[in-house]
Amino acid sequence: MSVMDMVIQAVIWALEVLAITVPIALSVAYITYAERRVIGWMQVRKGCNRVGPAGLLQPLADGLKLFLKETIIPAKANKLLFVGAPVLALVPTLAAFAVVPFGETSLFGLWKVPHVMAISNLNVGLLYLMAISSLSVYGFLMAGWASNSKYPIMGSIRSTCQMISYEVSMGFGLVTVMMLSGSLNLSDIVHAQAGGLLHWYMIPLFPMLLVFFISGCAETGRTPFDLTETEELVSGYNVEYSGMWFATFSLAEYGAMILISLMTSILFLGGWYAPIPALDIIPGIVWLLAKTSFLIFTFIWFRATFPRYRYDQMMRLGWKIFLPWTLGWIFVVGLFIYTPGLDHIINFWLAWR
Amino acid sequence: MLKRALKTWFLWELLIGLSVTGKYLFKKKITVEYPEEKTPLSPRFRGLHGLRRYESGEERCIACKLCEVVCPALAITIESEERDDGSRRTTRYDIDMSKCIYCGFCQEACPVDAIVETQEFEYATETRSGLYYNKDMLLANGKRYEVQIAANIAADAPYS
Repeated sequence: MSVMDMVIQAVIWALEVLAITVPIALSVAYITYAERRVIGWMQVRKGCNRVGPAGLLQPLADGLKLFLKETIIPAKANKLLFVGAPVLALVPTLAAFAVVPFGETSLFGLWKVPHVMAISNLNVGLLYLMAISSLSVYGFLMAGWASNSKYPIMGSIRSTCQMISYEVSMGFGLVTVMMLSGSLNLSDIVHAQAGGLLHWYMIPLFPMLLVFFISGCAETGRTPFDLTETEELVSGYNVEYSGMWFATFSLAEYGAMILISLMTSILFLGGWYAPIPALDIIPGIVWLLAKTSFLIFTFIWFRATFPRYRYDQMMRLGWKIFLPWTLGWIFVVGLFIYTPGLDHIINFWLAWR
Repeated sequence: MLKRALKTWFLWELLIGLSVTGKYLFKKKITVEYPEEKTPLSPRFRGLHGLRRYESGEERCIACKLCEVVCPALAITIESEERDDGSRRTTRYDIDMSKCIYCGFCQEACPVDAIVETQEFEYATETRSGLYYNKDMLLANGKRYEVQIAANIAADAPYS
C-alpha cells in the first residue's frame, strides 16, 4: 500500500467519523431544546423561547456556556481516569452508530443495486451493537471511581448495576428478533420486515418491543429509571465534573438515547420501510428518522409523565419481570417456529424459512 | 383476573398517565412573559410610595407623623416646622425602601390620604442609596402616578 493510498484511506475514515459525530452532536443539542420545549408544553408552560426565534439558538448558547466554563479537576482525583472517563463514556456510543443502517439508496439510479447507507454493513451488527454499547459502563464506573468522592461513587454503582441488569433482558429481547429474521445483520433484519405494517416485528414481538424500549430507558438512565441522578445523590456519577467534560457525559447519554430509538425503529418498527408499501416513494431515511424522532419524543414524554423508580423496584423490574418475560417469549417463539401446525402462523414473519 | 392481567401486560395505567400529559401538550399555555406581559394588579396593590397634593397644588401632608409612628419597620423619618402662614408642614419626609415591608399601614393611618402606595413595582436599583426616597422624590412619584392613584382610591372606595 503506497503512502497515497494510506492518506486517502485516512481521509475516508475521517469523513466517516465526521459523518457520524457532527449530526449526532447537532441532534443532541436540539434534542435538549426539544426536551425543554415539550416538557414545558406538557406542564402548560412555554419553555425556552428567548434566545433567537422561538428559542432556537438556546442549544448554541448552552454549548458556548459549557465550553467557556472552567474545567475543575478535584485535587484528590485521579487525573488520568477523571479525564478519560467522559471520553470512554462517549466513544462507544458514537462507535455504535457505525453499523446502524440509515436507509437504502441507489444514488439516483447510479447504482443498479441499492446500497445500504451504513458506515459498515457488518454481518454481526447486532452483536457489535450489544458489545460496544455496554462498554460505556466503564466510563460511568471510572467517573465515579476517579472522582474520589462519595456521591459520585454511589451514583456510578447505581448506573453500573442498572446498565448491567437491563442489558441482559435487552439482549434476550434481541434474540427473539434474531430468531425471526435469522440474521444479525441490521440491514437484513430490516429487509425481513419489508411489505408494510403487518410485517413489522412489533406485531409478533410486541412484548419484546415494550421490554426493549423500557430497558432502553433504563440503559440510558432516562426518567422512570433516572435514579442515578436523584436529589439525594446530588447528580450521580458526574457530581465533580464541570464545563466541557460534564457536557461530554450528557452528550453520551443523549447519544445513547438516539441510538436506542434508532435500534427500536430498525428492529421492531420496520426500519426504513413505510407502513404501507405504496408510501415507499418517500425516501426510506425520512421514514427511519420519523420513527426515531417519535421514539425520542416518547422518551421526553415519559420524562414529563412518570415518577422515578426506587432502586429496589428497578432491580425487581429488571431481574424478576423482564428477564423471565423475555426468556418466556424466546420459548414461545421457538415453540411456534418448530411445532408442526403452529409454524404456519409465524411463517408470515419468518424470513429464513 | 384476566382483565387485570391484560391491564398489567399492556401497561394500561402508564398509558392513562401518558394520555394526561399528552392532552396537556395541546392546552393553552398559562405563561405570562413578564417584561412584555404583566398580570393585572389589584387596586389595593402595595408598591412604591408617593406623596400626593391637592388640586390647588398644596401638599396634603400635615406632618401628623401617624405614618412614622405606625411604621413597623421604622422606614419613615419625618421632621416638621411651622410654615410662614402658620400651618404645620414637613421639612423632611424620607422613606427607606430597603427597610419598608410594604404593609400599607402608613397609607391606612394617613388622615388626609397624603402618603399612598402606588402600583409601581419596577424600581430596582443597583445601589442602596437609590432606594432612599426623600420628600422631593416622593412628591414627584405622587405627581407621576396621580391618575392611577385617584382611580385606585375610587375603585376601592365602596369597600373602605
